[in-house]
Amino acid sequence: MLRWLARRFAQIIPTLIVLSVLIFGLQQLMPGDPALILAGEERGDPMVLAQIRAELRLDRPLPEQYLNWIGNVLVGDFGFSWRIREPVAKLILQKLPVTFQLASMAFIIAVLIGVPAGILSATRRDTPTDWIANGIALFGISMPNFWLGIMMILLFSVELGWLPPSGYVSLTEDFWESIATTIMPAFVLGTGVAGVLMRHTRAAMLGALAQDYVRTARAKGVAERVVVWKHALRNALIPVVTLGTIEFGRLLAGAVLTEQIFTIPGFGKLIVDAVFNRDYPVVQGVVLATALIFVALSLVADLLYMAVNPRMRQA
Amino acid sequence: MIRAFWLILALLAAGSASAQNLRIGLREDPDILDPTLSRTYVGRIVYMSLCDKLFDINERLEVVPQLATGFTWEDPRTLRIALREGVTFHDGERMDAAAVVYSLNRHMTMQGSFRRSEISEIDALEIVDPLTVRIRLKNPSAAFMSQLTDRAGMIVSPRAAEALGRNFGTRPVCAGPFRFVERVAQERIVVERFEQYWDRANIHFQRVTYLPIPDNNVRLANLQSNAIEFGERMEPDDVRTAQRSRNLRVVPVEEIGYQGITINLGRGPGGSNGLARDARIRRAFELSIDRTAINQVVYEGMYTPTRQPLPPANPFHARDFAPPGRDIAAARALLREAGVTGPLTVEMIVPNNPDLRQVGEVIQAMVREAGFELRLRAMEYASALQAASRGEYETFLTGWSGRTDPDGNMYTFMRTGGGQNDGDYSNPAVDRLLDAARTEMDVERRIALYADIMRIAVAEDASRVYLWHRKNIMIHSTRLTGYSPVPDGLVRLQGMRLR
Repeated sequence: MLRWLARRFAQIIPTLIVLSVLIFGLQQLMPGDPALILAGEERGDPMVLAQIRAELRLDRPLPEQYLNWIGNVLVGDFGFSWRIREPVAKLILQKLPVTFQLASMAFIIAVLIGVPAGILSATRRDTPTDWIANGIALFGISMPNFWLGIMMILLFSVELGWLPPSGYVSLTEDFWESIATTIMPAFVLGTGVAGVLMRHTRAAMLGALAQDYVRTARAKGVAERVVVWKHALRNALIPVVTLGTIEFGRLLAGAVLTEQIFTIPGFGKLIVDAVFNRDYPVVQGVVLATALIFVALSLVADLLYMAVNPRMRQA
Repeated sequence: MIRAFWLILALLAAGSASAQNLRIGLREDPDILDPTLSRTYVGRIVYMSLCDKLFDINERLEVVPQLATGFTWEDPRTLRIALREGVTFHDGERMDAAAVVYSLNRHMTMQGSFRRSEISEIDALEIVDPLTVRIRLKNPSAAFMSQLTDRAGMIVSPRAAEALGRNFGTRPVCAGPFRFVERVAQERIVVERFEQYWDRANIHFQRVTYLPIPDNNVRLANLQSNAIEFGERMEPDDVRTAQRSRNLRVVPVEEIGYQGITINLGRGPGGSNGLARDARIRRAFELSIDRTAINQVVYEGMYTPTRQPLPPANPFHARDFAPPGRDIAAARALLREAGVTGPLTVEMIVPNNPDLRQVGEVIQAMVREAGFELRLRAMEYASALQAASRGEYETFLTGWSGRTDPDGNMYTFMRTGGGQNDGDYSNPAVDRLLDAARTEMDVERRIALYADIMRIAVAEDASRVYLWHRKNIMIHSTRLTGYSPVPDGLVRLQGMRLR
């Protein structure tokens, strides 16, 4: 087990090195000169442009820029936002809890809807329950987030006045207000994931229910509820857990559109604004942080496998 | 007894003020809040609460005193400014001549200053006495005063600026009606009433929160559901929705800038396009565009069609210079005269916004009838800017937020080698007139000079096609009173209160 963990960690290091080069390199391919956009309406002054380039070392060779950045990152310095002069690490730490809260709420909503619906439609295959569940899943997957978001704002904020239309209040500031500001975006995000989870749970359950051991259990007269919940579901959950962690990672990477609509100051909004403003240190920092989260989550997924499926523990 | 009466009155006033919290929805998140280093328009809206300026402008774009009480020109190059007595910064420091000289020096010398080019005419600064400053200019400048009505005229606390250095923008300390409380990037900027403000009788809010809400629909939803009291730069198609609501009021304010088409006349690879060849071809292009129709189709008739960089609100706006009507026959005749036979292909960069893309499509259909094959290239803003500065474009649908002095809307855009002259337009006669208008202190003569410039650069040379002046559409709660619109679109909090 420990050796397995050590091996996994050893694999992570080269991944991160390649990633950092990719992040830095891809960004250079973006059209648009950061000095020009940073200069704003003063861009007509060549002196201003030269000054910006010198200050941000944009006039240095690319390898030097890269080494300078990665060297600082290794000692924990992600640099400063060019646009608002805040440390990138501070911005990441400020936005991460927001995104984490939103992603967790969305994920809980997704699991609460998706997994039971999947089980239900698998056990009642080809009945009206199955069709309705499938219809809802399709609705969740195919509904554009921005449209659903705007509709919810119009209904719950403008018409009914129940929820604030946008913005964010942190959990520590005001718990209920925090839930009120995040419930709509979490629902919008959650419905999409719920659809995916439902489809996969259904398929995995159908597969498991057709297995020999299930037939054996039924033949031995085990109650149907025990067959479904204890025998089939436990095996069916393995692919669902993998998918769940990947989906959770995707939610953490920032729900760009949803955060934009609801003006939730999370990761997605941070990176989109940074890209449009060519705020390179923020783009680099956020993408690297996201990559780290993904790597960590895939590790968690592997550990969860073992918890769910004893056979994996011998590997 | 009298003292007790005042005390009670003050307490009552404080009590009523404490209920007054204003929330303003911004279209973007501002950049750094340091008057020397900031660049964005939206940041200037926030400065209205934090940082007073030496002078301000009123709704007729006239210079009015703020931290200064008045000015006199001792000679065309020497400006004497009298300062207001008893003004303190948010950190309790006194605002005096030394602070003014410090701030202007900071604008001029700080690394990365964006104010340097605005006040580059300053030759020397002198403290005459604690409440008087003398500014010596290198050349006479009619435009200089207007710079002191914007960020270059903002005075910062020298003590705080020294202590915080380049991080001053994370905790700005000025002499405005509100002091900085906190900022969470992309979320909110909070300011709080400054009790020692020199004009505190006109300030009725205890707290003002600025909330960046970029999505127009959502900003409007916030207004509709009372989550904010004020929304700035709303869209023309929000107006009808807002007008239907009994709780919202729409205030359209004419902007000081313009929107138009920059034509590449010789820069980089795009400089050898069909329009660059001959002014007659450009005039034909202009004649084939119907500005009124664009305004009706895309902007619900809210904007003001124009042919010049100066809006009607500007005192230097050229009279008798109305946009020509659409005339396809005349356009075709001009093209024949210039020797154009087949359809002339021209490319136009269009910023990737829904409304400007639509404008591009309308223009494309209009000019086709005259014989232009207009190809549209929708580009994200940063990429478009780069293309413009490198000359990798033929025409560019773009705009300018505008300055109060006419020089700020024309000089760098039209002067040979001007910093914003992305089309490389050059005409020695226009250069001479621009230089003359810059130093001409007589208003009537200056108006005549700008009218001459427009006749040559716009009517004859057709170096740029000006299309319309936008409106800053403000929507606010009917509970809010006392908002007085100024064409620069900034939200001045003096006199505003909530019922």
